[in-house]
Amino acid sequence: MDFALSPDAVAYRNLVRTIIADTVTNEAIDEIHRTGTFDLPALNFALAKHGLLERAVPGMGKGDPIELWILFNELEKAGAPYDGIAVSLMIAGVVNAVGTEEQKQRIIPSIVTGEAGVCMGYSEPDYGSDVASIVTRAVRDGDSWIINGAKMWTTMAHVAKWLILLTRTDPDLPKHRGLTMFILPMDTPGITVKPVHTMASEHTNATWYDDVTVGDEAVLGEVNGGWRTMTVALAFERGVMGGTNQGVPLLTHFTKWAQHVGLAQDPAVKVEMAKAAIDMHVSTLLTQRAAWIAASGGLPGLEGSMAKLFATEAYQREARALQHVAAQPGLLGFHEDGAAAEGFIDYDARHSPVTTIYGGTSEIQRNNIAERHLGLPRNR
Amino acid sequence: MAFDLGFTADQTTIADLFNGFFTNESPAEVARAAEPLGFNANLWQKALGLGVAGMAVPEQHGGGGASLSDAVIVAEAVGASIAPIPVVEHIVAARAHPITDLVEGNVIGTVALTPAVDGTWSYVPAGAIADIVIGVDGNEVVAVRSSAPGVAPRNHACQPLAHRSSRHGDRTVLGNVSSFERIVAEWNTLTAAALVGIAQRSLDIVVQYVKERHQFGVPVGSFQAVQHGLADLPGLIDGSRILTHKAAWASQPEVAQVVEPEFNEYTDFKVVSSMAFLFAGETAVHATDRSLHFHGGYGFSEEYDIQMYYRRARGWRLIAGDPRNEYVALADKMFGDN
Ligand SMILES: Cc1cc2nc3c(=O)[nH]c(=O)nc-3n(C[C@H](O)[C@H](O)[C@H](O)COP(=O)(O)OP(=O)(O)OC[C@H]3O[C@@H](n4cnc5c(N)ncnc54)[C@H](O)[C@@H]3O)c2cc1C
Repeated sequence: MDFALSPDAVAYRNLVRTIIADTVTNEAIDEIHRTGTFDLPALNFALAKHGLLERAVPGMGKGDPIELWILFNELEKAGAPYDGIAVSLMIAGVVNAVGTEEQKQRIIPSIVTGEAGVCMGYSEPDYGSDVASIVTRAVRDGDSWIINGAKMWTTMAHVAKWLILLTRTDPDLPKHRGLTMFILPMDTPGITVKPVHTMASEHTNATWYDDVTVGDEAVLGEVNGGWRTMTVALAFERGVMGGTNQGVPLLTHFTKWAQHVGLAQDPAVKVEMAKAAIDMHVSTLLTQRAAWIAASGGLPGLEGSMAKLFATEAYQREARALQHVAAQPGLLGFHEDGAAAEGFIDYDARHSPVTTIYGGTSEIQRNNIAERHLGLPRNR
Repeated sequence: MAFDLGFTADQTTIADLFNGFFTNESPAEVARAAEPLGFNANLWQKALGLGVAGMAVPEQHGGGGASLSDAVIVAEAVGASIAPIPVVEHIVAARAHPITDLVEGNVIGTVALTPAVDGTWSYVPAGAIADIVIGVDGNEVVAVRSSAPGVAPRNHACQPLAHRSSRHGDRTVLGNVSSFERIVAEWNTLTAAALVGIAQRSLDIVVQYVKERHQFGVPVGSFQAVQHGLADLPGLIDGSRILTHKAAWASQPEVAQVVEPEFNEYTDFKVVSSMAFLFAGETAVHATDRSLHFHGGYGFSEEYDIQMYYRRARGWRLIAGDPRNEYVALADKMFGDN
């Protein structure tokens, strides 16, 4: 095995680091935690200006999966907000893979210039892990489709320009076969967005659809082929586009603070720091493997599941362990006097629980690995 | 160089050769029969026939010129079959002290992992059977040739361990104490590989078992509690394997030795080999624990193989001492001692 990045990849990484250093200021990070919107237009535009967004769209042939991994890994290590661009680039990749020429021309440029974000409407109030059972309906009416229903956890819906929406078009077919994906502008009449506040800084949304009317130009992929479009989206995302190294900035903040207050001398604390560093390095290697498989033309679905499962569980362990050793100062929030790691101990202990829930819960990843990797009999 | 997580064609050949060899020559009965000492001289002779003694010694010293990465592949095969022969220790000793007897395997070599105290190395792995022990005595790294005791105290993993003298016998000074760090890093890397082999094989064994064992009219492997108890393991094992190969890769002179925690960048051989040893150790302990548990009562019986894997996962790791000390030393290398 050879772990050296090519000179091109190193140059690319250095460019990403420069852009991050220029745009992801402490003030910007502060603002994101205040608003709960994990998106930074200045960063998106700077990446777009250097052509990096376009280059990173999965499957578009300009970037490669190793670059995609580098981009998101650098962003998350720096604690930069990437949730918005990750979804947007992934959906640009889906449009590129299954969209019509007209959709590609209408939608992709707005994303890769950093102007337009995309939000995802898959989950519903009653269907999360079992997303193939969703009930939001799209009904044919002449040349149009009329959509009615409700979605839950539509993150970024309050700022996004585009919405990718999973609907049921044929309730009589088996659940995976009667779904259709749409992509439509968020300002289409009939869409209502209300905020959902979470225990971490993140702000997400509940959305409602009342007689939302669109034409065939909004159908992404085949009618009743929505599950296939979902599969393409998941394959791009799994493991490669961030979410596997969030413990790195936490450890950096913690180390700085623990050295400053003298806690880092304690052997018990050193043990936790070393464990956290190892876990984060293994997380990155598992993610690199998924990227490498994708770069070699494979579909790293299972390897992505393994990376996501390990990395998010490890991040939670780390957040818990570091909060324990930080003791009372680890309870204090941002800007409080004496807060451990400038408040990041508190923040990561609040944020880490969601990482084993969204993007497919740990249980769903384990089902996947048990059945498809270990070949154990299906239990449902 | 370019990023590549696959094996070279040569490495695929090495993997096939050694996996085949250990599957044929060292099924679990061989390890069982070798208990309690943990050594089978006949198997060792056969392994010498494959050139295992000097394979990873540079050609100019009469060795096979294989890399540490190649040796990692062999060590994983040893771990998978829990073969009762000191491949890891001997390879490390032969690389540190490439004299003809070690390179050709006329004698067995090993390394003492902790410095001698009052002229004694304690808990030397393969110490019961090795003719040459390499270790730290005072400020020096020395190789001491003396007769092997041939017996070991009864122990958890049935390892041929022994206390050995660093003074009595034919004594050669190999270098300054600082040169031992690399020797330990190589032992960490190859032991990590052997632990990966233990973890992978114990998972393979239990997956087979839970598909065949029925309770309540269905295979026990169809219960979600069992599935989820096993589903974490592939990621841990694959992560251990890649990390171990990264350590071997980092041992090459052309790799810049980087330690940058804030970028999660580590290419320093001592750091990555320590990480690999610790992580593969935790993984092997956890994997064998889960694998034994999902055998139910049979896992606890001597007749089943999984208990041998369980004990070796612990023994092969703890022979280096309390892992907390290794974590602390690693933290000092990564973050500085302040
Ligand atoms: C902050 C946040 C942002 C999100 N952003 C988006 C977004 O932008 N777009 C979007 O569409 N969705 C989004 N989600 C939704 C997310 O994908 C779902 O929360 C997730 O899929 C889990 O679904 P659920 O919350 O309905 O939990 P449920 O599916 O109800 O699960 C409850 C519990 O049961 C377990 N469980 C469920 N099924 C099984 C099974 N078969 N075997 C074993 N255990 C099982 C789960 O693991 C979980 O622990 C977001 C969620 C959060 C919290």
